Amino acid sequence: MPMVSQSCGVLPRVDLQRLLDALSAEGYRVVGPTVREGSVVWETISSVSELPIGWRDQQEPGRYRLEQTGSQELFGVVHGPQSLKPFVFAPREPLLQITRRQDGFTTSPTLPQPERVAVIGARACDLAGLVIQDRIFMNETYRDPYYATRREGLFVIAVNCTRALATCFCASMETGPRAQRGYDLAVTEVDEQLLVESGSEAGRDILSTILVPAASDELISAAASSIHACAQSQIRRLDHSRLPQALYEAHEHPRWDDVAGRCLACTNCTMVCPTCFCHTVEETPDLSHQHAAHARLWDSCFTQEHGYIHGKNIRPTIKDRYRMWLTHKLASWIDQFGTSGCVGCGRCITWCPVGIDVTEELSALLTPDVQPPLALQHKDGP
Amino acid sequence: MVNPYVIHPATIVEKIREAEDITTYRLQLVDVEAQRRFRFKAGQFNMVYLFGVGEVAISIVSDPDEPELLDHTIRAVGRTTKAIAALQPGDALGIRGPFGAGWPLEEAKGRNIVIVTGGLGCAPVVGAIEYIFRRREEYGSVKILHGVKTPHDLLYRERFDAWRRHPDTEVLLTSDQPDKTWRYHVGVVTELFEQVSIDPEKSMVLMCGPEIMMRLGVPILMRRGIPATAMYVSLERHMECGIGLCGHCQMGPYFLCKDGPVMRYDRVEQWLGRAGV
Amino acid sequence: MLDRQKGSGEQRRPRVAVFKFASCDGCQLSILNLEEDLLAVGEALDLAYFPEASSEMKPGPYDIALVEGSITTAEDARRILAVRQQAKVLITIGACATAGGIQALRNWADVEAFKQAVYPSPEYIQSLSTSTPISEHIHVDFELWGCPIDKNQLLRVITDLVVGVQPRLPGDSVCLECKRRGHVCVLVAKGIPCLGPVTRTGCGAICPGMGRDCYGCFGPSEGERKGPGLPPNTVSLATRFHRELQLIPVEVVRRFRGINGSVSPFRTESEAWEKKT
Repeated sequence: MPMVSQSCGVLPRVDLQRLLDALSAEGYRVVGPTVREGSVVWETISSVSELPIGWRDQQEPGRYRLEQTGSQELFGVVHGPQSLKPFVFAPREPLLQITRRQDGFTTSPTLPQPERVAVIGARACDLAGLVIQDRIFMNETYRDPYYATRREGLFVIAVNCTRALATCFCASMETGPRAQRGYDLAVTEVDEQLLVESGSEAGRDILSTILVPAASDELISAAASSIHACAQSQIRRLDHSRLPQALYEAHEHPRWDDVAGRCLACTNCTMVCPTCFCHTVEETPDLSHQHAAHARLWDSCFTQEHGYIHGKNIRPTIKDRYRMWLTHKLASWIDQFGTSGCVGCGRCITWCPVGIDVTEELSALLTPDVQPPLALQHKDGP
Repeated sequence: MVNPYVIHPATIVEKIREAEDITTYRLQLVDVEAQRRFRFKAGQFNMVYLFGVGEVAISIVSDPDEPELLDHTIRAVGRTTKAIAALQPGDALGIRGPFGAGWPLEEAKGRNIVIVTGGLGCAPVVGAIEYIFRRREEYGSVKILHGVKTPHDLLYRERFDAWRRHPDTEVLLTSDQPDKTWRYHVGVVTELFEQVSIDPEKSMVLMCGPEIMMRLGVPILMRRGIPATAMYVSLERHMECGIGLCGHCQMGPYFLCKDGPVMRYDRVEQWLGRAGV
Repeated sequence: MLDRQKGSGEQRRPRVAVFKFASCDGCQLSILNLEEDLLAVGEALDLAYFPEASSEMKPGPYDIALVEGSITTAEDARRILAVRQQAKVLITIGACATAGGIQALRNWADVEAFKQAVYPSPEYIQSLSTSTPISEHIHVDFELWGCPIDKNQLLRVITDLVVGVQPRLPGDSVCLECKRRGHVCVLVAKGIPCLGPVTRTGCGAICPGMGRDCYGCFGPSEGERKGPGLPPNTVSLATRFHRELQLIPVEVVRRFRGINGSVSPFRTESEAWEKKT
């Protein structure tokens, strides 16, 4: 079998460690999904054994459970609450350190230390989210230096999905289940084999250092049919054919009142969303008032202060806030960035504490004259 | 790489009390090079920073032809603006900017200008008026219609008096809660429309103030034949970054910090007055 | 609000007093637990009256009064009036002072029966039948929630006050901070009835960070706001607890009737579910 440095190779599952070692040797900190508190979170790993081997996730509205299958499957867990967002758009990013002087103050930017990070296990939806955030934070007018510094060091090993969760709808958003762009390497796990494809120069370089054999046509086609079957098996879909206009026209739809009766305005959907980019800037002086830290933090359109302007709140009610979120995500995002703000990952459905389903809400909102079910009331209780 | 978050220190050169809780702060950038580079268009805004507290978006009210001194009129209403109110000349603030789209003053050349403002909402248009009067012959007639709630809310009294003295210029003031000293019209600003003649084909309208004033005023002007494409409004939303990233200033598909704050009326017509937008 | 001061040390240090009512002293301990910051606090402030820390007790008036504990006796109801008179800025610290505390559970119970059951000589016990927050007795300037308070939040409030800036106390949900810290949601992943979605941030999401459910010790998010459709939506969360997480009504009552049980909407929620038991 010829050893190749081409774009499509095969790696036995038991040999994945070689790839991790090659990345470490290139100076990357390798990060992968690890089991924690009933889900998976990104952690620095040095060994394949730290991956959630044999685990699978079951997701449904407001519910996430892991189960151990006893297999040697490496990537049986589709995803946890975190997308790639925290790697580039940090939840808390120090912007400036400000020091008081006699005639005012001096500012010094606190850019993150450049770091090479290789993330293994990102999904097609996560990459779609990353591409969208790239467009936001590195646009023609402003290139956000904090985001850009983190982004430059990021190496992404995507995993193509061969199993859909009940909450997945990437196929209808045309973002997955196969990683489309933005990855350096893409892996498809087919039984004991890993089909590895490169998507960038850096990916090709790494692949060439571990000298993988070329993938057989059978493996390539087995991978393709698994991915295709995954797309076919998705039970949720989001019909965006009439967006953005149809949602703009639904501004007075009674369904907004109905969902407001269930929504907690707790911000979880926006936090787990791979594309939500709202942030707030916080100034923290020390007690001596000689130094201040100026940082940005993830914010959400569900908070009280988001719509605040001198003495009044433009969005005081949960209805206003949910409508703002959904209309932005699915409609005005298209006007702003030429793409939907939704990538179909389903995280907002799973991680909503009361299981509000964005696909169900949209479909109700786009159905005229529908009699919505009554909002939750005490009389409606046990 | 330019870091859009870096704040430039500025000194308060002068504090001009405009009303009970409204003050104009005349600022000068400390760094000479930053001062030399700072150029702005009328209608743009700065993020004004106070050490240890934070930033707030404030429109630049001074004459764009005199960018060495930057005037900001601030009402002490929130956490940051109340803290700024305690500062004195010589104290330091910070500036990031200028941000946003200003008034279309090039496009307006050769046309009659109708300016409609309400309350502190007149601040973003002051620079535009100064710009026009510096080039008086390049513009047609100028009509300034300004409404306030009470006479105490009338800012820039001397400026209104000075503007009134320009040729082919009318300044009409109104108050809906006047006192005995008030010698102008009594009522809301839209009533002033009846007192001026407007050539619908030659006029451009610049409007800022409460959104309710725009929503009531624009249809009246449209009935007089002024197209929505000849009317511009300056809009306000919560702003934290000034560069379209923080997400707070959205109005429908727009980020008012970069697509606005000055917007052509036909682009925002469907969003104004929508609940929660 | 204290007057704005330029820098520190130039003017006299603000005089601070700490008063205790019905409470466990845990919030006062949070001040002592500031550790290395305590030295800086001692330099910035004159701790004039703090019996838990020092036997030197200087008389009022004070610039800042920190009040711990709720009102449970007639004597305390009188004493708090005197505290208010001596204090320029009065801040409640902790769930007892801000919301009545865990001892407010008596508000739903027969205090007389407790006395008879617990004390050999119940006639010596002079206690009101209710435990009420300080704000029901006097005007409170700022309220710090938590059982106990978060020492960094207290430090931040003091840092703002010494320079005359209004402290900012966010009313966001615990979830916002929980997700910023990368914790896994215990409600979704473990099915335990976490109150984080309707509870005020400020604690640093400690409990979910330990894999535990939030029990609402910082009180309702966004505070006691009134009117339809305003957060927090305890009705929806309680319904979730009952239907999907299989809590029986009495368990739902206990969830909401905890450390901040007597403050709405936690109170109204527990009372609504009590009717279903």
